[in-house]
Amino acid sequence: MALLDVQDLAVSFVTRNGTNKAVDGISFKVELGKITAIIGESGSGKSVACYSLLGLVPMPPGRIDGGRALFEGRDLLQLEEKELRAIRGRDIAMIFQDPMTCLNPYMTIGKQLMEPLIFHNKVSKEQARARALELLAEVGMRDPESTIDNFPHQFSGGMRQRVMIAMALINEPKLLIADEPTTALDVTIQAQILKLISELQHKRDIGVIFISHDLAVVADIADEIVVMKQGKIVETGDREDIFHNAQNPYTKKLLAAIPSDCKQASTTAVEPLIQVRNLCTWFGQGKGKEPVKAVNDVSFDINRGEVLGLVGESGSGKSTIGRSILRLVPVTSGEVRFDGTDLTALEGRDLKSMRRRMQMIFQDPFASLNPRMTVYDTLAEPLLLHGIETRKTVAQGVLKLMDDVGLARAFVRKYPHEFSGGQRQRIAIGRALATRPEFIVADEPVSALDVTIQAQILDLMQKLGREYGLTMLFVSHDLAVVRHLADRILVLYKGQVVEQGTGDDLFERPQQAYTQQLLKSIPGRSLLA
Amino acid sequence: MTTQTINDIDQAEQGTSLWKDAWRRLRKNHLAVFGLILLVLFIVIALLTPWIAPYSYQAQDLELGASPPSAAHWLGTDIFGRDLLTQIMYGGRISLAVGFVATAVALLIGVTWGAIAGYVGGRADAVMMRLVDILYALPFMIFIVLLTVVFGRNMLLLFLAIGAVEWLTMARIMRGQVQSLRQQEFVEAAISLGLSPTTLIRRHLVPNALGPIIVYTTLTIPNVMLLEAFLSFLGLGIQPPQTSWGLLISYGAESMEEFPWLLIFPGLALTLTLFSLNFLGDGLRDALDVRGAKD
Amino acid sequence: MWRFISLRLLQAIPVILVVITVTFFLVRIAPGGPFDSEKPVTREVKAALEAQYKLDLPLFQQYTSYLGDLAHGNLGPSFKYPGRSVNELIAAGFPVTAELGLYALLVALCIGGLAGVIAALKPNTAQDYIPMSLAMIGICMPSFLLGPLLVLVFGIYLDWLPVSGWGDIPGDKILPSITLGAGYAAYIARLGRAGMLEVLSQDYIRTARAKGLPQWQVVLKHSLRGGLIPVVAFLGPAFAGLIAGSFVVETIFQIPGLGRFYVQAAFNRDYTMILGTTVFLSVLIVLFNLLSDVLAAWMNPRLRAQFGSH
Repeated sequence: MALLDVQDLAVSFVTRNGTNKAVDGISFKVELGKITAIIGESGSGKSVACYSLLGLVPMPPGRIDGGRALFEGRDLLQLEEKELRAIRGRDIAMIFQDPMTCLNPYMTIGKQLMEPLIFHNKVSKEQARARALELLAEVGMRDPESTIDNFPHQFSGGMRQRVMIAMALINEPKLLIADEPTTALDVTIQAQILKLISELQHKRDIGVIFISHDLAVVADIADEIVVMKQGKIVETGDREDIFHNAQNPYTKKLLAAIPSDCKQASTTAVEPLIQVRNLCTWFGQGKGKEPVKAVNDVSFDINRGEVLGLVGESGSGKSTIGRSILRLVPVTSGEVRFDGTDLTALEGRDLKSMRRRMQMIFQDPFASLNPRMTVYDTLAEPLLLHGIETRKTVAQGVLKLMDDVGLARAFVRKYPHEFSGGQRQRIAIGRALATRPEFIVADEPVSALDVTIQAQILDLMQKLGREYGLTMLFVSHDLAVVRHLADRILVLYKGQVVEQGTGDDLFERPQQAYTQQLLKSIPGRSLLA
Repeated sequence: MTTQTINDIDQAEQGTSLWKDAWRRLRKNHLAVFGLILLVLFIVIALLTPWIAPYSYQAQDLELGASPPSAAHWLGTDIFGRDLLTQIMYGGRISLAVGFVATAVALLIGVTWGAIAGYVGGRADAVMMRLVDILYALPFMIFIVLLTVVFGRNMLLLFLAIGAVEWLTMARIMRGQVQSLRQQEFVEAAISLGLSPTTLIRRHLVPNALGPIIVYTTLTIPNVMLLEAFLSFLGLGIQPPQTSWGLLISYGAESMEEFPWLLIFPGLALTLTLFSLNFLGDGLRDALDVRGAKD
Repeated sequence: MWRFISLRLLQAIPVILVVITVTFFLVRIAPGGPFDSEKPVTREVKAALEAQYKLDLPLFQQYTSYLGDLAHGNLGPSFKYPGRSVNELIAAGFPVTAELGLYALLVALCIGGLAGVIAALKPNTAQDYIPMSLAMIGICMPSFLLGPLLVLVFGIYLDWLPVSGWGDIPGDKILPSITLGAGYAAYIARLGRAGMLEVLSQDYIRTARAKGLPQWQVVLKHSLRGGLIPVVAFLGPAFAGLIAGSFVVETIFQIPGLGRFYVQAAFNRDYTMILGTTVFLSVLIVLFNLLSDVLAAWMNPRLRAQFGSH
C-alpha cells in the first residue's frame, strides 16, 4: 500500500472575480522510501495541492471540491482540525522555500527545533535538547552546542535550510513535503542541500514529496516525477520515462528549456569595444569601517559583437561590475573605456550621449518598469529623449519596437501590472533597444521567470543581438544559461575574476577549484553529459 | 498625428492605470465614499455659510436665552440666544480652514524637505534628517501652548505652529519614498537612458511617491483639526468673537448640565468630520495599497 | 545594549538643551512682564521684585545663571505664588499627574492591545469590525469631548460615579483615567491589529502551523512578540500625548495635577513656572521616548545582537 494515495483532489479559490480551480482532479501516489517530485511552473497548483493535504490552505478563500487523500489508510481531507494537527509535524513534516522567512526571527533555533518534539511527544526539555543537538550534527551543522541558542539571523541561508530540515525530521515523520527547498539558495549550496535531503531520505527510508519548478533540480534525486500544468497532471512517470521517453508536449517543452548546448564561437573581429582596467567599486567607506569591496581590481575586454558571460554566486560582485560600467554606481578607482573613451571621467552632456550607446536589462521585470507609465510612454521616452524619432514619427517607432520584441500592438496603451512576467521583460528589452545601443548589460534577465518563458526570452535576446549587432555583458548565477549564450565566460568570486575562457574550456577543462565546484553543483548534470 | 496612428491599431486595448484601479477600489469601499460625500458637503456648507446661514453671526436674542432645538432654531440657541446652527456653521469655517491650511503648510515644507534629503542623500541627508529627529523629540504640544502664551492667540501663528509640527512626519515619509524609489530598477533604467534629474523626478519619482503623500495628507487634516480644537478648548486657540468647534465644545461643556445640546451638536459636527476624514484616509490607503503611512 | 543606551542618552542632551534655550528666550521676549497685571506696584517694589527674580541682569547673564541653577536641580521661585519654588509646585502636582497617566496607560494597553489582537485573529469578520469601529470612534472622539460626555452620562444622568476630584471620593479616578486612556486605547488597537496581521502573514507562522501547533500556541508563542513591537515603539509618543492630554482632563475633572498648574501658569504668565515645567516635562518625555525605543529594540533579537556586538 502506498504511504500517500491522492485521488481526484480538487481545490479552488473563491474570489470576487469568480472561482479559480487551482487543483483540478489530480491523482498521485507516494511510496515509502521513494522521492516523488511534483514539477510545474508558478500557478500550476503544485504547492496548493500539497498544502491542502495538511489543511494549510486558508479557507476561505480556499475550498476543497473533492477527492481523497489516503495517508496510511486514513483520508486526510475528512479529518477534524484536531486530528490533522496531530499528524502535522509528527507523521508529515514540511520544509519551505525561503529559509530566511520561514524561521521565527524572535526565537532561538533551539527552541524552534525542540517545539514539535515537546508538543507531540511530551518529552522533557533536556531530552528534546539532546535530540535537537544530535539532529543538528546530522544535518551538518558545525559545533551545534554553541550555535543552538543563536537566533536565525545569525546563520547563512544554507545553514537555515539545514535547521529547517532538522526541525522537520525531529519527530521522525513518515512523509516529508519539501516545497522548492533550494530555490532561494546559491548553486553550490543548492547542491549540498539536495545531497543532504537525498541522504537523509535513504537513511530513514521515508517518503518525500519534492515540489519544484525546475526539472533539472530533481533529475538526480527523484524516483517518480509528476508534471503539472494549470491544476492538472499532464504526465507521470519514473525518472527514466520522463527524461528519456517523455510523451506529453509540455513535458518535452520543459525538457527542451534546460539549456544544454554550448554556443558555437562566432567569428568576430577582435576589436575591443569595452576595456575594463583595474576596476574597483567599494561601498560604505565610513570612518574606521572596512569598506565592502564588491569589485576588487577586475580587468577584462569585451570585443565588438561578442557576448561575455559573467558568472558567480550572490555577493560575488557580478551585478556591480555591470552597474559600474554603466555608471549607475560610483566607481572607486580604475578605468572603463567604451570605444576608447574613459567613461569614469564623463559628465553632463558627454555622459548623456554615451548613455544612448549602452543600455541595461534588469532582473526583476516587476520592478524595472515604471508602474504609472503605459507601454507607449515607456518606449517613447528614450526615442524622444535621444532624438531618434520626432513627435510625429514616435508612434511608428514604438510600434516597430513592439513588433521586434514580440508584443501585440493592441497592448500599446496597457500598464505594466496588466502583463505577465515574460511580457514585461519584453517591454524592458524594447526600452533598452530603443536608443539603438551598441552595448547591453543583461543582469540576470531570466532568473525571475518560469523555465519555459526563460527559453523564449533567451531566444529573443539571441535573435535581437544578431539583428541589432549588439555587444553584450550577460550576468547570471546560472552556468547552464550562460554557456548557452556566451562566447566567453568570466568566473567571479568575492569581487575578483578567478578564471576565464570559452564555454568549452571552462566546462571541459576547469582550472580553478572554485570553478570545478561550481560545475559540480549544476543540477541535472547527468542530463548534460 | 501621432495619437491617431496609435488609435488606428485594430482593437487597441485601453489600459487601466493604477489611479483608475485605485479609484475603482475606493468606490467599492462604502465607508470611504460616505466619508468623501460628507466631507464635500461640509466644505460646500462652510464656503457658502455667509449666504445660507439661517441667522446672522452676531444676532442675539437675550430674552430667549438658551433654548432647545425648535422649528425656528433647528439646533437650539446658546445662553445669549444665538442660533447654534449658525454658530456651528461659522465655527466649521474656521476649523476646516485651520485643518486645510496648516496641512498645506506641513505638506509644502515636509515634501520639499524629504524629497531633497532623499534625492541628494549622503551627508546632506544625514544632517537634514538629524534635524528632523531632534525636532521630533521636542514636546511640541507643550511648545504650542507656550507659543500661544508668548505671542498671544493669533490665527496665523496657530497655522504656523501646527504646520511646523506636522511637517516632520511628512518629511520622513517623503524621504523614505524617494529613497526606496531610487533603488528601484525602473529608476536605474531611467538614469541609464540619460534623463535629466528634473525629468527623472517629474516623470518617475513624483507620480510613484504621490500615493502615500495623498493618504498621509488626508490623515493629517483630522490631526490638525483635533489640535486646534484642543487648544481652543483650553482657551489658547481661537478667540471670541471668532469661534470654532473646539471653542463651542468648551462653552458647551461648561453648561452641559442644563443645556446638553450646546455640547452635543458641536461635538457631533467635529466627530463626524473627523470620522469622514479618517474613513476616507483609510479607504485611500487600502485603495492605493500604501503600507504604514500612519503612525 | 549599553552602548546603544548611552548613545541615545548623549543624543538626548542637545535636544534638552534646545528645549531649555528656546523656552527661556521665548518666555523672556514675551510682551509684558509678570508684574504688569492686576494691582499696580510702586517702582521700588517692582525693582526689588525684579532684583529678587534676577530680572535686572542682562539677558545672557540671566540665562547662564538659570542654567547654573538648573544644573543643581533648582528651577527657581514661582512668580505667582510668592514664597513657593517651582520645584515645590512640581513636587505637589506631578505625583497626581503621574498616577493619572499610569492608569490611563494601563487602560490603553489592556483594552487596546486585547482588542487589536482579537481583531487580527479573524480579519474582516464581526470579531474584527466591532472592536475596530469602536477604535475609530475612540480616535475621532477627543478627550475634551469624551470627558464631558462621560460626566454627563455616568456622573449626572446615571449618577454612578463622581465627576471631579482625585482621591477624595472612592471611584473618582475612574472617569478621568478612561477619558485620558480611551484615545490611546484606540490607537494601540489599530497598531496592534496591523502589527499582528503583518506577523500572521509571515512564512514562519505557516512553519509553526505545519508543526501541528494549535492556534493559541501559534498566537502566543510565535506572533505576539513581533506583532506588539510597533505598540511598544508607540509608547514614547503616547506618553508625550498623555502629558498633553492631562492638561485637558485635569481641567475638566478639576484634578490638582501638573497639567492644570501648567495651563493656569500659561494664563497667569507665571514665567518661571512655565519655564520650569516645560523643562521638567521635556526631559521626562525625552527619557520616555528613549525607554520605549530601547524596549522595542530589545524585543528584536537582530537589533539586540547589534548592540551587543559593539
